[in-house]
Parts: sequence; structure tokens; C-alpha cells
Amino acid sequence: MDEILELEIPARAEYIAIARLVVSSLATSRRDLADERIDDLKLAVSEACTNAIEAHRAADSDEHVRIEVQENDDKFEVTIEDRGQGFDPETLPLHPPVTDPERLNFERGLGIPLIRTLVDVVEFVPSAKGTAVRLTLYGGPAELEPPEELA
Amino acid sequence: MELGLEVDDSHPPYTVLAVKGEVDVYTAPRLREKLVELVSQGKRQIIVDLEGVEFLDSTGLGVLVGGLKRLRSHDGDLGLVCTQHRILKVFEITGLTKVFSIHDSIEAAVAV
Repeated sequence: MDEILELEIPARAEYIAIARLVVSSLATSRRDLADERIDDLKLAVSEACTNAIEAHRAADSDEHVRIEVQENDDKFEVTIEDRGQGFDPETLPLHPPVTDPERLNFERGLGIPLIRTLVDVVEFVPSAKGTAVRLTLYGGPAELEPPEELA
Repeated sequence: MELGLEVDDSHPPYTVLAVKGEVDVYTAPRLREKLVELVSQGKRQIIVDLEGVEFLDSTGLGVLVGGLKRLRSHDGDLGLVCTQHRILKVFEITGLTKVFSIHDSIEAAVAV
């Protein structure tokens, strides 16, 4: 895998827009992905960054959130690493079904189910310092424009 | 990053709130405040027009769910106007298309 971006953002909400814009622009220019898949990635990155920033707030950490992008011929991979206290995504509470009036009592907790649907693979990797969320989209690199033939 | 919020009371009893820009964890609190303000002013039938929204994440969804809950507790309702596939997709994935009335236009929303 080739690393093509390493970015650190302050753990504050106003920086999430920059992170999703940078990552989606990179994916647009470098990968052969439909616009809809780029939108999916943009949303997944935003959700993961939101969770990372909330983890920093809960841990009272002023460290930066780290975003790394890697790619090879088959896939585009974005890792968002926080310095929070870690969590187990398998133990998240389930929402009541949408037809249940009780569903309206749940305004949060939609981020991780969304991420799981939007990208091809999502991995939650606990580390000594927090949690890394790795988002993978499969698809080849963008084809380069053929050089103009000289007359 | 600015979030545009414009209120239109020209379709009584409906109040149309047109949202423009990106709704995420940074901007969603402004949308929440505006909805709370409208309900506290006595508005009970609110249509949130999402046609000018370029991006909406789960925080924005949560604010809309909270707004719907607030209105229903006052015997009101919150409907949406949205035709953009990328925004509708977020409601579809989360199943919230079954919770909200989603219309193609303001005219259709206020004709209910």
C-alpha cells in the first residue's frame, strides 16, 4: 500500500468539513469510482471524524485526530485514528424499529450503522492510544489521460 | 461554514424552513436552535425544505428526529421536502423514510 496523505486536524467540529473535502477530492482525482461512491466515502469519513472528536471530548484530550489515506491497484483505504478511550462497536445499543414510536427517543447512534452500509469494509482497530477506524473502498485507480499525440 | 436557514410563513398553517449548505456536527446545532425557536413561537406544522442541502450526516438526521418528536408532543408534525438522491439515501439507509413524510416540492407538502 502506498501512503498518499497524512493529515492531522484539531479535535473540533469545524475541521470535519475540511477532512471530508480533502479525502473525497483525493478519491475523485485518483480512483475510478462513481460519484455516488465518492458521496458515500465523504459521509463515512464525516461520521468517523465525528465519532473521533466525541471520543476526544469524552477523554478530555486536546490531541489531534489523525487521518491517513493509502491506496494500491485494488483499493482506497482511509484510516481515522482517535486518542479516545476506545469502544466496542459490537456492543452498541440497537434502536427500536422505525415503526415504533419509541424510535423518536433516539437522536444519536446512527453513525456506525451508516458507515457499515456506505463502504465496502470497515474495521475498528483498538490501539494503545485509542481507536482506529479503517474504511475501504474497492475499485481501481483512475485512468490517466493519454498524452496528446504530436502532429 | 455557513448554514442558511430561511423561514417562510406564506403557506399557513405551515411554516417552511429552507435549509442551505452542509448539515453536520458543526452546523446541526443551529438547525436544532431554529426548530426549537419555531416551536416555542407556536408553530406546529413545519416543513423543512432540504433542496438546498449539499451534505447531511447522522447528526443532521438526529436533529430532524428531535424536531419531529418535539412537534408530535405538541400535536404537530414535521415534514420534509427532498428530491436529491444523495440526501434521500441517508434517510433510506437508516429507515427514516418510514418516520418522516417526504415530499417532492413545497407545493406538495403544503397540499397535504
